[in-house]
Amino acid sequence: MLAFTIRRLLQAIGVMLVVALISFTLFRYVGDPVNQMVGLDTSLEQREALREQLGLNDPVLVQFARFVTRAAQLDFGTSYQFRQPVVDLIGRRLPATLELSLVSALLALLCGIPMGVYTGLNRDSLLSKLFLTISLIGISLPTFFIGILLIFLFSVTLQWLPSFGRGEVVDFGWWSTGLLTISGLKALILPAITLGLFQMTLIMRLVRSEMLEVIRTDYIKFARARGLSQRSIHFRHALKNTLVPVITITGLQLGSIIAFAIITETVFQWPGMGLLFLQSVQNVDIPVMAAYLMLIAFLFVVINLIVDLLYFVVDPRLRVERASH
Amino acid sequence: MSPISDNLDTERRGVVFRLRQSDMLHSFLRSKIAMLSALITLAAIIGAAFAPWLAPHDPFDLASLSILDSQLPPVGMEGADPLYLLGTDDQGRDVFSGILYGARISLAVGFVSVLLAAVVGVLLGLVAGYVGGRTDAIIMRIAEVQLTFPAILIALLIDGVARAVFGNLDRERYAFWILVLSIALSFWVQFARTVRGSTLVERNKEYVQAARLIGIPPFLIMIRHVLPNVIGPVLVIATISLGLAIITEATLSFLGVGIPPTQPSLGTLVRIGNDFLFSGEWWIAMFPGFALAILVLAVNLLGDWLRDALNPKLR
Repeated sequence: MLAFTIRRLLQAIGVMLVVALISFTLFRYVGDPVNQMVGLDTSLEQREALREQLGLNDPVLVQFARFVTRAAQLDFGTSYQFRQPVVDLIGRRLPATLELSLVSALLALLCGIPMGVYTGLNRDSLLSKLFLTISLIGISLPTFFIGILLIFLFSVTLQWLPSFGRGEVVDFGWWSTGLLTISGLKALILPAITLGLFQMTLIMRLVRSEMLEVIRTDYIKFARARGLSQRSIHFRHALKNTLVPVITITGLQLGSIIAFAIITETVFQWPGMGLLFLQSVQNVDIPVMAAYLMLIAFLFVVINLIVDLLYFVVDPRLRVERASH
Repeated sequence: MSPISDNLDTERRGVVFRLRQSDMLHSFLRSKIAMLSALITLAAIIGAAFAPWLAPHDPFDLASLSILDSQLPPVGMEGADPLYLLGTDDQGRDVFSGILYGARISLAVGFVSVLLAAVVGVLLGLVAGYVGGRTDAIIMRIAEVQLTFPAILIALLIDGVARAVFGNLDRERYAFWILVLSIALSFWVQFARTVRGSTLVERNKEYVQAARLIGIPPFLIMIRHVLPNVIGPVLVIATISLGLAIITEATLSFLGVGIPPTQPSLGTLVRIGNDFLFSGEWWIAMFPGFALAILVLAVNLLGDWLRDALNPKLR
């Protein structure tokens, strides 16, 4: 297992270097960093001095090495648009996005798995058909339109829930949370549903098809023959064996939840990283774009790594196989 | 009649006969959902293609717009004008005509980007599967890295780069092609992986070995002999990708980084309408949104059916 972990770690570092190269190319060659930092009245000599001072005349490899070293220390330069360090900007907005993403993922799991088990066990019941129809619609409706529909229904027509922002937040050092106030929780409901709906349908379909397969296997028949209770067979024996693919997909989806948060955050004006990234694209704020790209890639790589290691926890067969090799 | 001449006979009787005999048509005629969704897709394509003739108003003809007609509700509500079936937006543009013209752009972006993705993906998949070795490894590594990033993120990055390179004005002029390129760039992987998989199986079959023996150049073998045998799943992926591509385009346009409002697609229309949701003019955003959803649903159902029909194992 140690060798496996080390190999995966090396791969992860490789991917991060490739992404860093893309970020660096963006940062260095798309738009001139010096032009973005100085006013129109700056003379050519001053520009050249600034260029020298920033190290933009050094060999490319030296510049790349410096970029990576700084990125590892979370130094991504200064935003062109806000004139503030990028890391402060992102750090301030990170909690909002992470809270939204985790709550959505939790929602997707807590609704998706039971729905999947139910539709897998009762293939032809009316409720199963309803769930499947809803899931098809959930896949076909674009995320932004689901958000707009929810706003129209619950904010404009019924006026139950707020349509934008995070509500009141409580600060813990640099982390601000909306989970501890009533208005914060109310503001979270609609965005979380919008973001989680697609993943929920995905998890439901996955659990359903896995359940359909597992329920036909011999050991389930044997468990029946032993006279175990239905509940014990379904949840302790069948569900457990469907979880490996579910963990993979959920882990991978967690990454795309964070990326898809861009859409949800725009619809609900949620003050997270996604909204910041979208503004940076619209205003050609290259340092923010580069930093966001690195951060997302880092989250992806870490999640993938955790997913791979979780296999060992969930599936004892893997541990035995690896040990015997 | 000998079986050989029988075969020849079938061949001579042409495509129509072969189609009538096929399982595909049979399964299509038996599935009500497939027929309904094909009907909706076809209606959308015709409505979009002939929008200038079918639409009751021209939303781009500024001379025909009147601010007096702005924000009229759809027919059936108080104050509606029967001339404007689904109401009008803030500038007096007919929502129904807007949807027809919008679907034109949405479908165009969808079709062109899927076509581009399919061509690039199939070619790279063929080469990777047939040539193998280091070429294969490089193509598939790129595909893997690509696969870890969601389409939206790649498209946003490309758009940001395009803004920096072209400037905002030029970007609007090239918006269509930037969009097509960024969607195709994230969709080719699916094609490449599938085609590579089937090519790996096909390349060891006897007909390929025979073709190699008589000295047909590799490129011709790939295009003329391997390609027809691996194209089936490509059709399924193309249909499913079309739905996804239309959603991606709409999402980007909604976020304000896609098609500019001067030539609105369905996503741009929803973006415009979103501003009027709170003042009660819900129809400006809702009708284009539902049009988009129904179109994508129909395409997805068609893709589902095609996948089942082409996969004999499921029957």
